[in-house]
Amino acid sequence: MIGYILRRFGAAVLVLFAISVLVFLIFFATPGVDPAARIAGKNADPATLAQVRASFGFDRPLPVQYVLMMKHLFVSHDLTSFVNRGTLVIPQIIDAVPVTLSLVVGAAVIWMVLGVGMGTLAGAMRGTLVDPLVMLLGVFGVSLPVYWLGEVVNLITQKQLHGSVFSWVPPLGYAPLSQGVGQWALHLLFPWLTLALLYAGIYARLLRGELINALNEDYVRTARAKGLSERRILIRHALRCSLIPIVSLFGLDFGALVGGAALLTEVVFGLPGVGKLTYQALQNLDLPVIMGTVLYAAFFVVLANAVVDVLYARLDPRVRRA
Amino acid sequence: MPEPLLEVSDLRIRFGGFTAVDGLSFSVRPGEVLGVVGESGSGKSVSMLGVLGLIRTPGAKISGKVVFRGRDLLALKNAEMRAIRGREIAMIFQDPMTALTPVYTIGWQIAEQVRAHEKVSKRAARDRAIKLLDEVGIPAPEQRVDAYPHEFSGGMRQRAVIAMALSCNPALLIADEPTTALDVTTQAQILDLLRRLRADHGSAVVMITHDMGVVSEIADEVLVMYGGRAVERGSRTEVFHSPRHPYTWGLLDSVPRVSGPRVRRLPTIPGTPGAAGQGCPFADRCTHRLAACAEAPPLSGTAGHLDACWLPEEEKTR
Amino acid sequence: MTAAVETVAPRAARPSAGPWRQALRRLARNRSAMIAAAGLVLIVLACALAPVYAGSIAHTDPFTSNASGTAVVNGARVPVLAQSTEGLGLGVTPIGPTWNPGSFFLGADNQGRDVMARLLYGGRNSLMIGLSSAALCCVLATLLGVLAGYFGGWIDAVLSRFFDVIWAFPVYLLAICLSVVLLTSGLHVGPIHIDAGSLALPVVIIALIYVPYVARPLRGQVIALRNKEFLHAAVGLGASDLRIMRREVLPNVLPTVVVFLPLMTALNMLTESALSFLSVGVQSPDASWGTIINDGLALLYTRPAITIAAGLCVGLTAVALNVLGDGVRDALDPNARLRGGA
Repeated sequence: MIGYILRRFGAAVLVLFAISVLVFLIFFATPGVDPAARIAGKNADPATLAQVRASFGFDRPLPVQYVLMMKHLFVSHDLTSFVNRGTLVIPQIIDAVPVTLSLVVGAAVIWMVLGVGMGTLAGAMRGTLVDPLVMLLGVFGVSLPVYWLGEVVNLITQKQLHGSVFSWVPPLGYAPLSQGVGQWALHLLFPWLTLALLYAGIYARLLRGELINALNEDYVRTARAKGLSERRILIRHALRCSLIPIVSLFGLDFGALVGGAALLTEVVFGLPGVGKLTYQALQNLDLPVIMGTVLYAAFFVVLANAVVDVLYARLDPRVRRA
Repeated sequence: MPEPLLEVSDLRIRFGGFTAVDGLSFSVRPGEVLGVVGESGSGKSVSMLGVLGLIRTPGAKISGKVVFRGRDLLALKNAEMRAIRGREIAMIFQDPMTALTPVYTIGWQIAEQVRAHEKVSKRAARDRAIKLLDEVGIPAPEQRVDAYPHEFSGGMRQRAVIAMALSCNPALLIADEPTTALDVTTQAQILDLLRRLRADHGSAVVMITHDMGVVSEIADEVLVMYGGRAVERGSRTEVFHSPRHPYTWGLLDSVPRVSGPRVRRLPTIPGTPGAAGQGCPFADRCTHRLAACAEAPPLSGTAGHLDACWLPEEEKTR
Repeated sequence: MTAAVETVAPRAARPSAGPWRQALRRLARNRSAMIAAAGLVLIVLACALAPVYAGSIAHTDPFTSNASGTAVVNGARVPVLAQSTEGLGLGVTPIGPTWNPGSFFLGADNQGRDVMARLLYGGRNSLMIGLSSAALCCVLATLLGVLAGYFGGWIDAVLSRFFDVIWAFPVYLLAICLSVVLLTSGLHVGPIHIDAGSLALPVVIIALIYVPYVARPLRGQVIALRNKEFLHAAVGLGASDLRIMRREVLPNVLPTVVVFLPLMTALNMLTESALSFLSVGVQSPDASWGTIINDGLALLYTRPAITIAAGLCVGLTAVALNVLGDGVRDALDPNARLRGGA
């Protein structure tokens, strides 16, 4: 097991390196435009351009440029925005991380609980009304744009019904934990639910399919022949095996969420997380900020994936020694 | 003659319009090995799943009587049936590669069965598992008890499955083609093991197989099935030395001989098995077909050797 | 001692329909898939007729701002953009839905453009980008997946590592990186020149980021095929690699590719709308459903119809594509999987 963990994190470091090279190449080696002009932003004066060239070493070979870039990002932490003159990028990102994590972790807990619950119910109660409902929610889960759903939720809770049913909903924005867990959770409640609902549908549908396959497996027949109760067969045998692919998907989705869907959700709900930061940088093409957020998010995603894979190995003995 | 342990009479299993088992009757005495032979689709596995109440297909209809130690299993409640399954009647299945839950250790799975039926501590259940693994010939059972199924070879897994089936000392063991998925040397070892275990535990065994060789090795009594019905029933010696049904003749002819004149080609039974209809199920493929075969023949005969065929007596003893 | 008594007599060969025809028949019997297909046809037809609607019914140009225009509502002539009455009264509030197909059926956006007409034109772009990026992605992925799986060795090692890296990279972030760079300068690689504002840019970007999603399962299939007897037979007959890939491998992976196509189209359309929403997808004055949702964001509380209508278009089209895709999967290749269940 220890060997597996070491190998897995070794692989993660390699992937991180590859991703950083990829991002570097996209920003600095795409043919067409002077990268210094890109970084300096629109309508930069010649002095700024010269400053950028020197700082990133654009007159030196690519590998040196890569090392300089990584130094700015991870060693000296002095990557600066040129659009908002002199703002340091890394502290901004560090400040935004707790917001993104609050959103994503909370939503993930809700969607796993809901998804596994609904999926198990649908798998065990095939032929009842629960089943088609879960299937339908699953289709909506992969089809509705999450940011749009967020806007509709805002429209209802902040405007249409804010005078009556939803008068208790606070205005959009984030309340840090220092203002108390209650305020924190209240501000995040609808972002959580919006994000979780779609994923819960996808997971419930997937789990239902896995569970139905598992219930037709030979080992379930063996378990019945052993004289176990149906409940035990469902939970300890069928569900336990069905959860394995769910967990591996969770690793991917959790990562994708930090860099993707959460970005959109943060924008819609006005949460000042890494996604909102990226969005604002995109609006005025503030490249240093975009590079910073992308690399930080990607690093976090790869680490999260590695953690999930280790968890996965705990669930499935077959991969441990592989 | 001792009281039968299991007595099945007129068992019928239907899936929608398809009759899989059509009026099957047989009995098993304590300690006896009954070999049930037939090709794929003859209803041999389905009938045993029916006996244990393991048919879960929606719309399956099961009727008849299955009396085990004086209780009609078909009339029992789910919970009562669960108490019998795994404790008094155990079943092992064809493919040992998929019969064990992949995420638990072998020992855990054996202990689970023990603890489902007996109030014993985890420690005691684990010790029992080690003892059972030792008994079925798994080397170093103290270590292997913590191994996962994927770490075992096919033969070893089947041994583990057998150990699990024997964990509560069942009076009856139903083995559904336990050697089919294994290679030939392993098959022989598993058959040896089953024979030895029967001697030690005194369990009766129902051995389902399509392999006449397996039956000749291990069975006391033989039941030949075709198209959901019993076509011949008798002691091993009777069925092998004086078979009375044309289908049994075909089965025995298609076994290759290691001695005697060599045939150029192994004889086969022409055609493929069909569903049980009105008449004798084998009539379409039978070279001895009579007009009477439009109606199903009853299972009849003398002194424990029965057959279901309209052929005149003198032609059955060729 | 072991002799199987299974006897299998050769069954008389019956002329049977080919696998594609059989799958089509199975698909035609799937009621929800057929309803989804009918819905899709309606959506596509409506969007295809966008110029007719704009030219002959609404009499409007959805691509130029119309700040001083007027519209007739209940017999009265009202300006399309009115001074905002809320707050400081600085902004403008566009006209709301008139529910009159002849003029501003769904109202106007904050540049006075007819939302209904833009929705239809935007739908053309959304559908076009979704479908062509899915097609491009499937072609690229099939090529790379088959090459990696068939040749193995270092080709496979290089391609697989490449897939792994992109797979681990959150798709939106990758798309954002590519878009930010390409939207400022366009794409100029060898003979390919795509201008900065071109609709082909989002197509290429979205197709590229999803290549591993399709290529990975295909590679696995090809590796499984590689060990099948019929492939050994083809090698034994002296067929060239190209011929084996074209005649033996490709027909066997094609059903999976076909299953992925509608599902990828839905996914790509959603990605396009997300990128457009983030303003790194389709660029103004072109419209797509994503840009319309973005336009509507500022007017969400006063003119919610803009956002709701555009979102419903994306959502319903994606639902239809996914339901149809599930039907195609059930009919062709029930085991095909696109990164999880989707």
